[in-house]
Amino acid sequence: MPETKIEFSKELRDFIEEWKDKPGNLIMMLHRIQNEYSYIPREAAEELSRLIGTPLAKIYGVITFYHYFKTTKPGKHKISVCLGTACYLKGAQSLIDEAESILGIKGDEVTDDGLFSIDPVRCLGCCGLAPVLMIGNDVYGKLTKDQMPEIIAKYRNA
Amino acid sequence: MVNAKINGIPVQVAEGTTILDAAKKVDVKIPTLCYSPDLSPWAACGICVVKVEKNPKMLRACCTPIEEGMSVITHDPEIVATRKTVIELILSTHPDDCLQCPRNQDCELQRLAADFGIREQPFDKRLRNLPVDDSSGSLIVNAEKCVRCGRCVTVCQQMQNVWAIEFLGRGEKMRIAPAADVKLGDSPCIRCGQCSAHCPVGAIYENDQTREVWDNLMKEGPEAKKCVVQIAPAVRVALGEAFGLPPGTNLTKKIYAALRRLGFDAIFDTNFAADLTIMEEGTEFVKRFAKGEGQLPLITSCCPAWVDYMQKYYPDMIPNFSTAKSPQQMMGAMIKTYWAGKAGVDPANIYSVSVMPCTAKKYENGRDKSMWSSGHKDVDVTLTTRELARMIKQAGIDLLNLPDEEADSPLGPYTGAGTIFGATGGVMEAALRTAYTLVTGEELKDVNFTGVRGISGIKEARVNIKGTEVRVAVAHQMGNIAQVLEEVRKARAEGKETPWHFIEVMACRGGCIGGGGQPYGCTDEVRKQRMRGIYDDDERQTYRCSHHNPLIKQVYQEFLGEPCGHKSHELLHTHYEEKPLYLK
Repeated sequence: MPETKIEFSKELRDFIEEWKDKPGNLIMMLHRIQNEYSYIPREAAEELSRLIGTPLAKIYGVITFYHYFKTTKPGKHKISVCLGTACYLKGAQSLIDEAESILGIKGDEVTDDGLFSIDPVRCLGCCGLAPVLMIGNDVYGKLTKDQMPEIIAKYRNA
Repeated sequence: MVNAKINGIPVQVAEGTTILDAAKKVDVKIPTLCYSPDLSPWAACGICVVKVEKNPKMLRACCTPIEEGMSVITHDPEIVATRKTVIELILSTHPDDCLQCPRNQDCELQRLAADFGIREQPFDKRLRNLPVDDSSGSLIVNAEKCVRCGRCVTVCQQMQNVWAIEFLGRGEKMRIAPAADVKLGDSPCIRCGQCSAHCPVGAIYENDQTREVWDNLMKEGPEAKKCVVQIAPAVRVALGEAFGLPPGTNLTKKIYAALRRLGFDAIFDTNFAADLTIMEEGTEFVKRFAKGEGQLPLITSCCPAWVDYMQKYYPDMIPNFSTAKSPQQMMGAMIKTYWAGKAGVDPANIYSVSVMPCTAKKYENGRDKSMWSSGHKDVDVTLTTRELARMIKQAGIDLLNLPDEEADSPLGPYTGAGTIFGATGGVMEAALRTAYTLVTGEELKDVNFTGVRGISGIKEARVNIKGTEVRVAVAHQMGNIAQVLEEVRKARAEGKETPWHFIEVMACRGGCIGGGGQPYGCTDEVRKQRMRGIYDDDERQTYRCSHHNPLIKQVYQEFLGEPCGHKSHELLHTHYEEKPLYLK
């Protein structure tokens, strides 16, 4: 059992109470938790399990099935690189490779200073800008990999 | 009823029958891998595909109900080729170490590969290098070998309601593991081993401890210990399956003989300890029921997986639990105290082995310090029925042709009440046979309480003990117990009288005869045959009530004093405490 217990905000508790008995509720509630914590901490999954009487195993089945849900805390700046068809064909993988090489991380890892993580995502909905990535709410389109150092530097010094 | 054809053979079946079951009726075997008759179809593997005339798609026979007028084709070159491709694809992600695998020669995938004449592997091998999880002590998970059939997860969640394991991840990254990837030993797992009994391959299996037992049997000189062994009720009616005999064949006396040939110095029978359990638990029941000392209902505690489940999921029921140890542990305590004294052996020099139908018993023997009541570990190691079968084969013992032998006295001879512990309802029936006498001072004319026997998940009965009604319930298969305990909780919350006075629970379907350590391939048909073997053994016994066992009387006279007395409490009783679902 995790050492620390988590206390949900009143809004989150009210939301869970509202959705508790509705079908398809688990995904809704997990979305809300991830919005609040930026990922699903183990303690939060335990607390949810207790509140809605759903086994932890089932909750983890859902969390790990969907790419969207994260079990580790992402970096302060999450670099979401689109791997949708258009972006992929325009070389999005090379953006990921470049970012990984600059930051020295792989997969779900986070840089030691906690600033960056990389998250390959499916279509961001702006295929005309392919290849595209997002950091926070900023969109960068029609990229080449040699633009990556500059973009990353902007956030590192922010 | 539905009328259809399978390979041109007319078949009539009830509505809703699957193509797979309808085919069985006309002696057509459709190959399967993920399907298990114990579980609802999961349709994961695709090996059971068949064609239906005028339908362009291939359908999965395990989950497709047969329809009126349907004409099914189960075998043609295209279907067989498709099945073969499915097998080849599964093999492309499966390690090729069959010769070192615990399931070698008893593996459903291996059998399919043999039946389909697989001679080459056309697909590139893609192994995942997943680590082996041996944290539980009872069960080992080798996710690398998993064929993702889903049986273990369905068993753990639906049949057993334990929720220790789940599919994590998806697609080719999907694997079986506890939530948050904690180790099995830190998860809610109750070690019932039903996952291992249902796994078609070597992905989940019992922790094989035969090496350790061999080492002790082979020791010579001052290092050598007195090796003693006990066998559980359910082992005797299932071991034969590993030697080609039908389920339910009772091999008690041949097992005694085989154990002697393996090198054990003394052979005892857990059935004797079951008689002892009845003396203790029966007395405990009478105290609670007739004298009002302690809470009702009394709940049985012989099943270690159930004890673990209760401690994790129903800690509020701890005061209702019988404090009597399980027969395995009672026997262990008696061997290293009473028998050691009688035989003049230093208990430190006894190596005590138990053979059980159960993987949870491997954990029970070290559960808490009351399992060291003799001052030493009461039971040193527990083997499952499957492990014993392997040892007998390794030793070159021709089990079926051995002469019958007897167990050693005094911890061997047993009554019919002891033997029925192996089946669901057996502990209850055995307890009632003795409780009747303890309450009334009279003997039963008919000792058969057939109302508590059989395979249905929850059984209830009312027993009239000279004008006083005793209400009993029997539940088996962990997933069935919530219903019973919720009713008890509800009555308690409403301040009403308890719905039952005495409740028996066994974690595995059918009771111990369907245990997680029994030979593979258990279905309800097999369970019924094993049960038949158990009740036949009961009827054959000279004594059928535990309190009639002359040797039980002897151990109380010579050693224990009285049931639930001081010495019993030291050696034969235990205690329980609440446990968290997750240790990490």
